[in-house]
Order: sequence, then structure tokens, then C-alpha cells
Amino acid sequence: MQQIFNFIFKNSYRILFLLLIGISLSLTIQSHSFHRSKVISSANYLSGGVYEKVNTVNEYLNLKTENDALALENAKLRSMIFNTKDTATAKILDSIKGVKLQDLIVSKVIHNSYNVYENYLTLNSGELDGVKTDMGVINSLGIVGIIENTSPKYSTVISVLNKRTQINAKIKKSDHFGSLNWDGKSTGYVQLTDLPRLALIKIGDTIVTGGQSVIFPENINIGTIAKIYRDEQTNFFTLNVKLFNDMTNLGHVYIIKSKDRDEIINLEKKVKDE
Amino acid sequence: MNSALLVNIFRFVLLLAIQIIIFNNMNFLGYISPFPYILFIILYPVNGNKSGLIASSFLLGIILDLFSNSGGTHATACLVLAYLRPLLFKFAFGLSYEYQTIKLNDVITPQRFSFIFLSVIIHHFTLFLLEAFQLSYILDTLVTTLLSTTFTVILCIIIIYLIKPNRR
Repeated sequence: MQQIFNFIFKNSYRILFLLLIGISLSLTIQSHSFHRSKVISSANYLSGGVYEKVNTVNEYLNLKTENDALALENAKLRSMIFNTKDTATAKILDSIKGVKLQDLIVSKVIHNSYNVYENYLTLNSGELDGVKTDMGVINSLGIVGIIENTSPKYSTVISVLNKRTQINAKIKKSDHFGSLNWDGKSTGYVQLTDLPRLALIKIGDTIVTGGQSVIFPENINIGTIAKIYRDEQTNFFTLNVKLFNDMTNLGHVYIIKSKDRDEIINLEKKVKDE
Repeated sequence: MNSALLVNIFRFVLLLAIQIIIFNNMNFLGYISPFPYILFIILYPVNGNKSGLIASSFLLGIILDLFSNSGGTHATACLVLAYLRPLLFKFAFGLSYEYQTIKLNDVITPQRFSFIFLSVIIHHFTLFLLEAFQLSYILDTLVTTLLSTTFTVILCIIIIYLIKPNRR
């Protein structure tokens, strides 16, 4: 008995090391497994609060670029109003790119990462604003990511720049679809894989979200084709897609509340059960 | 003894804050991201409590993981470095390092440099390996490790010179 205690006291730091490395390795492995909520995420009061404080400073420094973007959007909206057929009654915008305004939650990016293989954003709205896991996140230019974790006041988003994202996407003019991934190389480009060889495509074509996704509505902009790879072995294309969004510079974003999502999932579940 | 503890706590908080607010947002050429926060583990007193070092480096790593959404990668890398630290001391300063008075935050000698360099490379390799988590990315991992190591070592030496206590 004495010897056991002696052994434990003598090697206490080794035992502590083994215990802690067990915990941290399991956290690492758990964070790499697909579709599992993370234990350690930046959607909590400590990191969310700190990021919000840091962001207020950054926001002040970036006022000029933000103003430019707003001015641009203003000009666009104005031209839409002036170009309506009946100029006497200004048309009220009720949607942004096919999504009804009442289904959107306006939120702000308070932390953005883009320098590792698995990138996440932190937003300053959470469950109290109605944000739930697996809602889509877009901004005025195109898609941004998918909500992963939520806390009462904050939420984290899997960015499109993440090895784990898979988003259903299609060619805008032809309805051929594939899935959108990221190879971890450049922040400006994502890859569209599994696109059938039958599709007629050329460089510069627009890629939008597909109708098969229950997260994003159809026809939200993603990017344009920058390079086409033909694999002679298979019947699929792999495309390099240049994002419309500059993922290193995000400000305000919109979270999409999809009302039909639960209905679709329940329906598909029913089919599988039978 | 008490002041050493206070200095360490101060260092812990300060390095963590600098890492989160400034260095986490750096990304030169898409490859290089420096992590000078491991200076806490490097500068921890040589004859200090071993369990204390391991527990505090775990805490250091897990807090950084919390902020950068990286699961447990930083925690694991910090723990590996903290555990291997005595070995690195032996390698850099000779067998009887425990009886010498080694001061790391002083003028950079070859021994001190080799100790810092080895610590940084071990930490970074573990970190990037776990971050990629795929053997097909091994080449990328090695390149990133080398580039980031150079950068972190330079930053560490600059910081050591900046906080070096003045000789009377």
C-alpha cells in the first residue's frame, strides 16, 4: 500500500499529464467528427463577450469600408425603386434574393477565422433572437456558412471555408448540381465536386445554391467558375469556384429561418421508416 | 516565491490576451500564423512545480481553443511541450541543468536559442498535425510548421528582449 502511494506521489505529474492529454485528445477527435456539436466553442459568455469588445474597436477602424459598402447597397436599392414601372408608388422591398424579409435575422460577425482548415465565425445573436442549429447564413453578396452551435446570446457558424462543409450547389443556367467543398488552400476559392460531365459549362458561369438543400433557399449566389478540372476516370467535373464574398472581410450577415425545414425532414424520415 | 507566482500569472494573462487579440488575426501569405503565447511554457521557472506547469499549460491551451474554435488542439500541443520540457533542457543545457541557474529571459546564447527553437517546433508540429488531422495533408503540415516556427521564434526573441529586466 505504502509503495502504491509512493508511486503515485512520485509520478503525480505524469499521471496528471496522461489524464489531461486524454481529455484534450478526445476533445480534438470529437471536434473533427462530422455533425457533432462542439464542447469547446466560442459561443459562450467569456469568449463571446471578449470578441464583442474587440469587435467594437475594429468596427470603428473599418467605418470607411463599411460606409462604402452601404453606399453601394443604397445605390442599388435606389435604382430598383426608380426603375419600377409605376413610379408614383414606390415598391416596398419584401425580399432579398428570393427570401422573404420576415424570415431573416440580421446579425453581426464578431469574430472571423480563415487561416486554418476548419474555420468558424462567431455571431452576436443567439437563441434569444431565434437562431437555431443548421440555419443558413448569407450576406448581400452570397453565402457565408451554416449555424453550428448556439448559446443564449451568441452563435458559431461553420464557414464555407471549412473542410467539413458540404453545401448543395448548382449551375445557375442549367440546374446540374454538385456539392461544394473547400480544399483548405485559398480563402477566395471553393471547389464544386460531383458535377456530371453532361453539364455544359464554361469559365465565368455563375454557381448558386441548389434546391436540394434544406438549409439554403434556391438561387442564392455563391461565385463564378474560375477553373475546370476534367477527371478522365470518372464522369464528373471538379470546378474551382471564385467566391463573390470576400470571406476575410465580413460585417453584417443575415440568418435564414427556414419554416419548411422541419416539415421536409419529417417527410423524408417517414419515407425512410417505411 | 510569491512574486514568481505573480509574475507567472501576469505573464499567462498578458500572453493569452496578446495572442487572442493580435496574433490570432495574423495570416501572412496564407501559411504563417505565429503563436508566441507558448513563451509562458518556455519561460516557466526551471525548478518550478512540474504538476503546476502541466496544469497551467492545459489551462492555457484550452482557453485558446475556446477562442479559436479548435477543439482541443492547442491544449494537446501545449501539454506535449510542457511534458517534454525537462528533456529539452537536458538536450540544450547539459545533464546537470537542475543545479545551474538558468535564466531564459536574458541575452540569447546558442543554448538558449536551441532550447527555444526546439520547443517551438515541437509545439507547432503537434498543433498543425492535429489541426489538419489527415495524413494526406502531411506535406502542407510540414511547410506550415517550418514557416510558422521561424516566425514564432523571431517573435519570441523580440518579446524576450523587450521584457528583459535591466541590469543594474
